[in-house]
Amino acid sequence: MIIKTTKNIPASEITDPLIFKNRRKIIKAMAATIAAGAGIAPAWANSANPVWADLPKSDLSADLLTPTPAEIIKNYTNYYEFAFNKQDATKLAQNLNTDAWSVEISGEVENPGSYYLEDILSRQTLQEYIYRFRCVEAWSMVVPWVGFPLGDLLKTVKPLSTAHFVKFTAVHQPEIMPRQHSNAMLDWPYVEGLRMDEAMHPLTILAVGMYGDILPKQNGAPLRLVVPWKYGFKNIKAIVKIELLKKPPLTSWSQFAPKEYGFYSNVNPAVAHPRWSQSSERQLGSGFFTPRRQTELFNGYGEQVASLYRDMDLRHFF
Amino acid sequence: MILQIDNLRPKLIIGCLIPLLWLLADIVFDNLGANPIQALHIRLGDWALRFLCITLVITPLQTMTKWRGMADYRQLFGLYAFFYATLHVLAYLLIDHALVWHMIGTDIIESPYIWFGVLAYVIVFLLALTSPKWAKKRMGKNWKKLHRFIYLAAVAAVIHYFWQLKGNLAEPLFYSIIVFLLLSFRVLAWVKNRQLMKMMIPTSRRALALAEEKSMMLETARKRR
Repeated sequence: MIIKTTKNIPASEITDPLIFKNRRKIIKAMAATIAAGAGIAPAWANSANPVWADLPKSDLSADLLTPTPAEIIKNYTNYYEFAFNKQDATKLAQNLNTDAWSVEISGEVENPGSYYLEDILSRQTLQEYIYRFRCVEAWSMVVPWVGFPLGDLLKTVKPLSTAHFVKFTAVHQPEIMPRQHSNAMLDWPYVEGLRMDEAMHPLTILAVGMYGDILPKQNGAPLRLVVPWKYGFKNIKAIVKIELLKKPPLTSWSQFAPKEYGFYSNVNPAVAHPRWSQSSERQLGSGFFTPRRQTELFNGYGEQVASLYRDMDLRHFF
Repeated sequence: MILQIDNLRPKLIIGCLIPLLWLLADIVFDNLGANPIQALHIRLGDWALRFLCITLVITPLQTMTKWRGMADYRQLFGLYAFFYATLHVLAYLLIDHALVWHMIGTDIIESPYIWFGVLAYVIVFLLALTSPKWAKKRMGKNWKKLHRFIYLAAVAAVIHYFWQLKGNLAEPLFYSIIVFLLLSFRVLAWVKNRQLMKMMIPTSRRALALAEEKSMMLETARKRR
């Protein structure tokens, strides 16, 4: 299978990697000086010394995308386990303890077991993936994730031929998650799912960082799913369990409002949410009087993923 | 007392502009968060709905308490509801969509929650248009009929608020309770009046109602003077 990058960029438009790298270093140094003076962390990092400062960029990264400023990404995220509004969720998510994290991998696999995240990472190659992120609430951003292909992890546990779907379960900690504690809205813990071919697709990654540093807790630390052609809520945060199944799992939002959120939830401007249009999106970081961006089918990743849904009625399988 | 109330008008006119000044300050100092345009929509919509509720709460308040004279300001609050609703609509068209009409068209057609916003705005617009005294005079009985649609506007506005949300339903819930209470007050008052009319028995309540009518007559007399 040939994986093309999002756009065919003429060679003349590609910045020489050396220049690019140097430029980055210069900007970083400048920002660090400014930050040191102002007493704040540089915009791309969560700490002064990012863990993965010079990570190679994945070929799948769309080079032309400019990442949304980290401050915006870090302050505009839904985390319903903590709160239904983004400000409180961001604040409360800091209570999550992500130390000694382990992930249980089970179901239709040859090597089920519980794996420490550290051990998982020691066997994976991390890369930077600059992806578009489109929320079902009709806003979008561009995130420079740090992660590895989900498929690479699944291969290590050897899926059986009976594995047709992947179920992801997020952390359940009602003692620090107020909305889990009060059993509010969704059936906790949060569950998401993918079809096996979607899970094995090279665009699908598990992210452990962004902007070269460890994921902020509100953005899904320590391990989250990123499927760039699907709506944001499919990108489950703080994963503790991955199960390979014969049948599709019942996913959280789909269970809560089956007419509004389907299993697939592929970004599709032609299929409106029952209550609002999905035809356009507000790009975070864009200013007043700037038109909205016209939403693309599969969030612009159609070239790579459209074949997964070739004979499917996307209106029916929304 | 009357003098004091008359002094209130300029204060209210300026006071009702505070939310706008506050919003402008937040724009200037970049205090609207990561999605300022969304924040702008919510702030302006919130104030439109708040002024609508204030407009509607005056009559029940006057009936339940001895507080009088507020009815003079109903129009002012109503016009401010229209003012903030207009800014809300303009922000949508200009600031969010930059007047790209084909995108605006698709957005409105595909978004049922916007239909309710449009309904609420059309009503408030008509009410604002017919708000001057001469319009009231010319319309006669129809004026009251038209202006009762303010309740429909309030309900539509609350649905508009509710339907655009995925979660975080606390605030629209708060407004829907307020609007529900205001509406049920009116319905109760209407039912009671009808019963009283039928029975024509001067009970203590009827006496109260009479007293209220009298005070209202006095008020109109005062205004004419």
